[in-house]
Amino acid sequence: MIELEEPLLQVEGLSKLYGRNVACNNVTFDLWAGEVLCIVGESGSGKTTLLNCINATHPPSSGRVLYQTRHGDAADVTAMSDAQKRLLMRTDWGIVHQNPRDGLRMAVSAGANVGERLMAVGARHYGHIRADATGWLGRVEIDIGRIDDLPGTFSGGMQQRLQIARNLVTKPRLVFMDEPTGGLDVSVQARLLDLLRMLVQDLHLAAIIVTHDLAVARVLAHRLFVMRRGEIVESGLTDQVLDDPQHPYTQLLVASILQT
Amino acid sequence: MAMMRVRGLSKSFTLHEQGGVVLPVLNNINLDVMAGECVVLLGPSGSGKSTLLRSMYANYKPQTGRIEVIHEGAWVDILSAAPRIVLNVRKRTLGYVSQFLRVIPRVPSLEVVAEPLRNIGIDAASARARAAAMLERLRIPERLWSLAPATFSGGEQQRVNIARGFISQSPIMLLDEPTSSLDSENRAAVISLIDEAKARGTAIVGIFHDEDVRRRVGTRQFDVALARPT
Repeated sequence: MIELEEPLLQVEGLSKLYGRNVACNNVTFDLWAGEVLCIVGESGSGKTTLLNCINATHPPSSGRVLYQTRHGDAADVTAMSDAQKRLLMRTDWGIVHQNPRDGLRMAVSAGANVGERLMAVGARHYGHIRADATGWLGRVEIDIGRIDDLPGTFSGGMQQRLQIARNLVTKPRLVFMDEPTGGLDVSVQARLLDLLRMLVQDLHLAAIIVTHDLAVARVLAHRLFVMRRGEIVESGLTDQVLDDPQHPYTQLLVASILQT
Repeated sequence: MAMMRVRGLSKSFTLHEQGGVVLPVLNNINLDVMAGECVVLLGPSGSGKSTLLRSMYANYKPQTGRIEVIHEGAWVDILSAAPRIVLNVRKRTLGYVSQFLRVIPRVPSLEVVAEPLRNIGIDAASARARAAAMLERLRIPERLWSLAPATFSGGEQQRVNIARGFISQSPIMLLDEPTSSLDSENRAAVISLIDEAKARGTAIVGIFHDEDVRRRVGTRQFDVALARPT
């Protein structure tokens, strides 16, 4: 089959060493527009390190990350200046942290948290910013009456939804999420998962999501990587990896976690 | 016209959790499925019918062989294609009705059924209208349409699942016991859906435990047991 399109993200031979410890080893893959990839594995498997090396939060020890910018050229993210990285993170990328407090500004209102990101990309008209912020709060199912409240007065689930709105308001094409449903009650998790699933679909977002929860991966991901001790031991279509796991470690994970 | 070609397909399971025991299930399966026919998979329980059907959807990963489907005018081997190609094949070409509905929490039945249409770019209003017609046809009472199917009876869930499977009129359809928990009236509704699909030229492969359904919808039988490893 002839490929005319280019991948959105190309990860090439990415490794990260902490001293003699290999946190992630020689990871190579392509991600396409609209594709949701989940990286699963136990704590300490290197999945968060891999995510942070891909999204330029940490410098990799070797390898590079090429990103197809809106101008159509593939930029090497690992070689970007800090200013270029910041611009990318404010515009084309979103980063959703496990703890919403790491991604929100707790000292300003919910509306300002969403509006601020718009202002960072040049929006100046107060009415438009307020309208956009209101629309996004509605989309993530936050009562508009809470727009002027501080995030600290919100529940954990609401804070997480606010963080998502803050990230999506600039219409990013690629979103990174680290355990987005971790630390939430099961019922709150289900609601957030549905919301994420719909947003990803409607906005045609590409996403890389780190989770230890195979049920989260089953609902959200097109593709799945299973990580163990810094290596991707299995990869493929999500339902294929979960329903017919090949690697001993994946079989162990599926047998011990997945009850359905 | 062949819509699906299975070539030299072999599949075994290696159970690493149980001392690495290897269970061979399919050995060198070859099968063509034509437009407008319904191939019924036969064989006793455990003979590999489901394994073959799931492999045809790329849900299982056979060790050797090819499963090729006509997708947008060209043959694609779904066993070696990249995940996003397989997902596109499933979206537009290859439908699968599983035995049980994998319930998505909170999503109303009407949306569950409309979703495959939304995924191929049909607007929300027309998708919902077609979903409503399909639910009606499968005799799901309208008061249930706005509810998530998680709380439904087994038969109701199965019918929601069938509605979802048939709504996008995929050119190739795989049916895994779609009538197993239905009464005779609902079974008749499903049989008529299958007949219409055949008349449209859909290539169908199915597992039906019910002898009567098999006789009504099947145009040909394929005995998986005869293709088993010896």
